[in-house]
Amino acid sequence: MQIPNGLDGQGAERHGRDKPLLSVSGVSHYYGDRIGCRNVSFTLYPGEVLAIVGESGSGKTTLLNCISTRMEPTTGEVTYRFRDGSVKNLYRMGEAERRFLMRTDWGFVHQNPADGLRMTVSAGANVGERLMAVGERHYGRIRETATDWLTKVEIAADRIDDQPRAFSGGMRQRLQIARNLVTHPRLVFMDEPTGGLDVSVQARMLDLLRGLVADLGLAVIIVTHDLAVARLLSHRMMVMKDGEVIETGLTDQLLDDPQAAYTQLLVSSILQV
Amino acid sequence: MVPLIVSEATKSFTMHMRGGMEIPVVAKVGFHVGKGECAVLGGPSGIGKSSILKMIYGNYLADSGQILVQHHGETVDIVTAEPRKIIEIRRESIGYVSQFLRVLPRVSALDVVAEPLTSNGTEQAQAYERASVLLERLNLPERLWSLPPATFSGGEQQRVNIARGFVTDHPVLLLDEPTASLDAANRKVVIDLINEKKATGAALLGIFHDQDVREAVADRVIDVSRFAVQKAA
Amino acid sequence: MTLQDTGLAAYNFAYLDEQTKRMIRRAILKAIAIPGYQVPFASREMPMPYGWGTGGVQVTASIIGPEDVLKVIDQGSDDTTNAVSIRKFFEKTAGVETTTRTGEATVIQTRHRIPEAPLKEGQVLVYQVPIPEPLRFLEPRETETRKMHALEEYGLMHVKLYEDIARNGHIATTYAYPVKVEGRYVMDPSPTPKFDNPKMDNCAALQLFGAGREKRIYAIPPYTSVVSLDFEDHPFEVNRFEQPCALCGAEGVYLDEMILDDKGGRMFCCSDTDFCEERRGEAESVSASNGEIV
Repeated sequence: MQIPNGLDGQGAERHGRDKPLLSVSGVSHYYGDRIGCRNVSFTLYPGEVLAIVGESGSGKTTLLNCISTRMEPTTGEVTYRFRDGSVKNLYRMGEAERRFLMRTDWGFVHQNPADGLRMTVSAGANVGERLMAVGERHYGRIRETATDWLTKVEIAADRIDDQPRAFSGGMRQRLQIARNLVTHPRLVFMDEPTGGLDVSVQARMLDLLRGLVADLGLAVIIVTHDLAVARLLSHRMMVMKDGEVIETGLTDQLLDDPQAAYTQLLVSSILQV
Repeated sequence: MVPLIVSEATKSFTMHMRGGMEIPVVAKVGFHVGKGECAVLGGPSGIGKSSILKMIYGNYLADSGQILVQHHGETVDIVTAEPRKIIEIRRESIGYVSQFLRVLPRVSALDVVAEPLTSNGTEQAQAYERASVLLERLNLPERLWSLPPATFSGGEQQRVNIARGFVTDHPVLLLDEPTASLDAANRKVVIDLINEKKATGAALLGIFHDQDVREAVADRVIDVSRFAVQKAA
Repeated sequence: MTLQDTGLAAYNFAYLDEQTKRMIRRAILKAIAIPGYQVPFASREMPMPYGWGTGGVQVTASIIGPEDVLKVIDQGSDDTTNAVSIRKFFEKTAGVETTTRTGEATVIQTRHRIPEAPLKEGQVLVYQVPIPEPLRFLEPRETETRKMHALEEYGLMHVKLYEDIARNGHIATTYAYPVKVEGRYVMDPSPTPKFDNPKMDNCAALQLFGAGREKRIYAIPPYTSVVSLDFEDHPFEVNRFEQPCALCGAEGVYLDEMILDDKGGRMFCCSDTDFCEERRGEAESVSASNGEIV
């Protein structure tokens, strides 16, 4: 028992970052009569990593979409604290502002890298797009930043002009991460970021993510069905079943001393290798 | 202020997968650990000593009672604290040395040891400096420092773990058999480290099965069998 | 001979019925009001295939009046098939006067060029546009590109230029080079060479763009700012030609390459045939008058 290196929080209080970044209150989403997720509330602070775990169909992706403005919740509120300290309800903001937020202060890492990358433009342009979107107009600087980020995600700098089509699954996923982090977002959503990768590639990916999250002090909401991923990356966990939150708590406490029957079942289902 | 007070803390496990079977562990645990003191949890194995440490660290959730920790002049009850608060307390106020190192791929031994310092804002260079001093005292060959501990022997991993636990200046330090797989020379180093911690005013609470180590560091022994619950038959 | 002369009232003036023209004029007015914005319109079937300028023809048909003088060019030339047939189309259906002289025309319909002679106030330049959406090749979803225009999200346009530089060391886009109109909408100037982009900026004439297959009309009102997109360290540059026109000697104009024989013989001459002919005509009259003096 020990919490993972590098993730012992990011000095939330120390840097005066003691106010919630994202507040979710009473969020529900219904697909007709069917429940996507029901009455979910939680607060996320700067630098915190929250794992939402559960089996497929438990509503975790619906919840992720509801809080990342990709899908409007049927009821409930999501508020976000901007860099200037103002707090806004995401669903009362204009679309322009919401989309701007998504490509500057936020990131979204998809399970399938093809959903988050432009497959027909070079790796450099994939990383540089967000910079150009916020007005960077110096080719040399864009390229320098892109090279820097490729190195950070362990992609050789000489692959900068190759298209992601020529990359392996693991490289594509690392590229997607670089593309998201280049604008130094404060909050990154991840949907099964290691889902389609084989085990050794997954380990490298997790290690890379762990390092980046700690170095950059990112707040992360990560959806995963893999409890090992949750243990390695997250501070806190939220267990979902049938659209509802079953249990929340400190990651290591929840895994080592699960309280709810369902969490115990989930934890006992981890394969011991 | 007393750095650590445990009052009427009770812990049991409910095994939902076995029809909700209740397994009591400890009940009404009460003790305190003062500044500059090393208290040792005593009693036969299986009596709940590790569980008490884990409750204090927030790894196990106590059913009832209070676990009061001094955190930057504020008294926090671990039993009811928010996860976020517990993470902060672990970073700054309660250290923990477990029996086993949770190894991560690709992170060097030196980084493993220095990390608790860098995560609370210490300069990288200074963190490495302090980490190096400890690894050297614990006789970990310098050629290993830059390697990930995954391939180390049990004793080497344990020393990395001890260095990681001792590198910070947490006012409360929990030790779960830190000397279990060490040779006599390194056990001596750990005894010295514990005594130095005590001298700085830290409150230490440990489990030591090794008689020699226990006698060398313990100011008093807390007999855990007092809190043991009649196990379900 | 016009149709009116035959007594067969088979065509309405300029082919389109009045309701259609009114609809198109409304679209044009809206386009002028929002420079660079693509206004959808109910494009009609025209008696020519898509890709032959149906958009430009509908715009021209909606704005032309009996007093107008029409010039039609295709790649700068007045006498290629497309130019000739569109010119004849309006001669026949509207009975308007046509010309090849840029200076004399009030309406100039063009495919892929802007005349070399500066345009004047009161003139209208009508572009034939195949694909009006500059973001199309990077973002195929029309719903998304419209949103991007609405929200002024134009980072993607620079992604294209970035790719150009990464691949070729410079911005290799030479035609349909994207521009920003009046500091707001990014617009495809139709497949004109980027050489012509500076002529669009602060132009005295009204510029209208019609895309028939894509059913879009957009406009640049007179004296509107049109800026070609670029990077600070890779600024927009027009293509330069190393030699003057082989026929009229003009410099700083857009040249076409003419293959003269199958032995590699070639010649560079003005793409704007009217401009070239006028210059040569002036040169001849000068030498003729000189001849008289001598």
